Amino acid sequence: MSSRRVVVTGIGLVTPIGIGTESVWNALLEGKCGIRRLTAFDPSGFESQIGGEIDSLVMKNYVPRSYLKSTKVMARDIEIAVAAAYEAVKDAGLKTKCLIERGEVQGPPNVDSTRLGANIGAGLICADLTELAGALATAVDESGRFSIRKWGSEGMNNLTPLWLLKFLPNMLSCHVTIVHDAQAPSNTITCGEASSHLAIGEAFRTIARGAADVCICGGAESKINPMGLMRQQLLKRLTTRHNDKPQQACRPFDVDRNGIVISEGGGLLILEELEHARRRGARVYCEVAGFGASNNTHSWYEPHPEGAGIALAIRKALDDANLKPDEIELVGAFGSGAVAHDLSEARGIRAALNARGSAVPVLAIKGAIGNNGAGSGAIDLGIAALCISQGIVPPALNADRVDPECGLNVVAGQPLKATIRNAVSTAYALSGGQNAALVLKRMEA
Amino acid sequence: MSRRRVVVTGIGWVTPLGDDIEIVWQRLLRGESAVRPTTLFDASTFPTTFSAEVRGFELGKYLGPDADKHKDASRNSRFALAAATMAWRDAGLAGNNSLDPTRVGIYLGGGEGPIDFDHFVAAAVAGWDHQANGGRGNLDARKWVDRAVRELQAVSEREQDPNMAAGHIACQFNAQGPTFNTLTACAASTQAMGEATNLIRRGDADVIISGGTHSMLHPFGLTGFNRLTALSTRNDDYQTASRPFDQTRDGFVLGEGSGILILEEYEHARRRGARIYSEILGYGSTADAFRITDIHETGRGGIAAMRLALEDAGLKPGDIHYISAHGTGTEENDKIESLAIASVFGGRETAPPVSSIKSMMGHLIAAAGAVELITCVLAIRDQVLPPTINYRQPDPNCQLDYVPNQARKAKVVNTLSNSFGFGGQNDTLIAVACDREN
Repeated sequence: MSSRRVVVTGIGLVTPIGIGTESVWNALLEGKCGIRRLTAFDPSGFESQIGGEIDSLVMKNYVPRSYLKSTKVMARDIEIAVAAAYEAVKDAGLKTKCLIERGEVQGPPNVDSTRLGANIGAGLICADLTELAGALATAVDESGRFSIRKWGSEGMNNLTPLWLLKFLPNMLSCHVTIVHDAQAPSNTITCGEASSHLAIGEAFRTIARGAADVCICGGAESKINPMGLMRQQLLKRLTTRHNDKPQQACRPFDVDRNGIVISEGGGLLILEELEHARRRGARVYCEVAGFGASNNTHSWYEPHPEGAGIALAIRKALDDANLKPDEIELVGAFGSGAVAHDLSEARGIRAALNARGSAVPVLAIKGAIGNNGAGSGAIDLGIAALCISQGIVPPALNADRVDPECGLNVVAGQPLKATIRNAVSTAYALSGGQNAALVLKRMEA
Repeated sequence: MSRRRVVVTGIGWVTPLGDDIEIVWQRLLRGESAVRPTTLFDASTFPTTFSAEVRGFELGKYLGPDADKHKDASRNSRFALAAATMAWRDAGLAGNNSLDPTRVGIYLGGGEGPIDFDHFVAAAVAGWDHQANGGRGNLDARKWVDRAVRELQAVSEREQDPNMAAGHIACQFNAQGPTFNTLTACAASTQAMGEATNLIRRGDADVIISGGTHSMLHPFGLTGFNRLTALSTRNDDYQTASRPFDQTRDGFVLGEGSGILILEEYEHARRRGARIYSEILGYGSTADAFRITDIHETGRGGIAAMRLALEDAGLKPGDIHYISAHGTGTEENDKIESLAIASVFGGRETAPPVSSIKSMMGHLIAAAGAVELITCVLAIRDQVLPPTINYRQPDPNCQLDYVPNQARKAKVVNTLSNSFGFGGQNDTLIAVACDREN
């Protein structure tokens, strides 16, 4: 079967260690950490008081002037997606409506709007608690209790008419498609931390079958708000031992790991049909060569003890790429830092890669940036693509003593120079059971 | 070029008109309305006091003792589990030992679970410091946390994630294949089924449990839509409030429920002797890329989605016998959808009949497209079109044949179903009679 080939031509990353692909990449190579005591709200009442925060996201830098007003109805997750889309489009040398209207490039566009799609992973976007609590407080009756009748008749009028639209998950892709005039298929995948991989996998298929030539794809999420942190606390997923040393908190695959660290961020990649990229002389980071996905069936909220679903997703992705396990030279792991999840993932990777599983270098970046939810996978993939194109693997932070039970060769301490022909990147939802893997392949000159 | 064909081999739904496929179908053909005053919470002072609720729902009726395993599931996930169980049995897959579970996938347009309202509100109100911020008030995160840890439950928070319905279904049916959940608002389940069709065509799976599930019938859902002024406020005449394409329409009616279809590769279905309801022949998907609040006035996104679906199906506009409209009953949607249909199919003289079952069961949001595709499948089976009820006053801006008020016998071989999401996602599916000549 002859299928159209799909390549990565742009990477846009927005993370606590930097905004823009180059600054994130350099920060990782330098071993910088973006985890600190939270400043977005007073965290003192929470068990975990740390996270990855993005300091300066100035929205006027990412949209045309005519769209500035719309940035007022963007939840943080949406802001991150819009910023990442700008970075990705610019990195790819695409001339879209946004860049043309901003006067950064000369028109006409170099991609047909009806052939430009978007597949963006999103989380369960938290309502702005301050805004909502303020409105709810106006519906307290004389007895001091919240009255739903008072809420219906007057309290809810304290919310802006567009309130709902700040939090619909599809608004990430809605704003991105409007800003860049992307009229081809636009989808929103909501499968927790697996969302980005599934969205990128779908974009890969969409381009391969001919329904689009270029897709802006990946994901974004912010868990940096009281409700986001509370959910993770209730689910007992957070490390609570590191409030005084946040930079050591997230420890993927380390023997001392004991939970995740919340964060915010996202990544959007530009996937493009190979000939389309060649015709416009685009730089190609790597090829997307395989996609596989699976679901756990033993539980919808606990990791599989042997990582069976993760192994199945990797095997499917390898089959799709027509590669054998021993041809994989880098694994981009999800590496959450959660005790059981990391063990499950490591076992799944080793099961899928057979003898190579414990030897192949493993990239793990959560120690530096924390858990970006639905945005995590796209950041992981963007970095994996850079590893292939640059021939360097940045070191994992805090993987000081890799857990022998995990048994992975995590790149730590120093960057590793390596020629990587094929890499596989994995992701899974912390709950829900979805797993996905993508194979990236180096372009031969 | 021969591509793998995708057929529907099982259907199941939980709707405001009931859950049995045949009973609900008969109610739709009789033109019954499911719209009643809202009972799930006290909506008596909201601008809209009515809705189309799923009533008397018990998961145990479908799952028997297995219902216990899913006792923590949200209302969304429970609807989906029930509808999937019906569809799975209907497809003859219950007890089938020859399935390869790694080739059974899931693709849902599943909504987020309802917020744990009373507890959430108690914590929010307790955390509000009226004196702060110069008397304007502010959230005291410390006070909020103290209350929230006592009010909120881990399990109910976890179950709100929109991917949980898929997780429950995967465990219930041992579906280990590719699993996606999309949440493109009102277009979600149509997009889910379209993408699922492509997964099967591509060879990523042989069977996919697809469709949608959603309940926004909770105080924040109603708040959100009322603030957007998207809902009908005809509180004194709620049974006729959902008036798609009628000149006096004033918004949609919020419904809830789930529709699940078993999509299966044609040869796979044939080999196991499955009954085939219809074939999914075409899918088109576009984005308006216009505004988050408005549809592009020319209907360009909907036009493109319908054209792409026709092209994908290898059909001409004249081949379509019935259109299941998005038809929400909002001023804007119905006008622009009519314009878009007319642009693709011509005016009343040449366009096929169009109807909206939202007139009867309200708008199931993410699940709407799935229950509407099931009605297309049944229209093909029984050669009859469901009506658009509450249609009294023709609108000069909506000039098509909307099958007003009465079901109609008709030749139905090829059907087309539209779903358009808030924010600009447009999705069209074409379901046709399988292996039947036009």
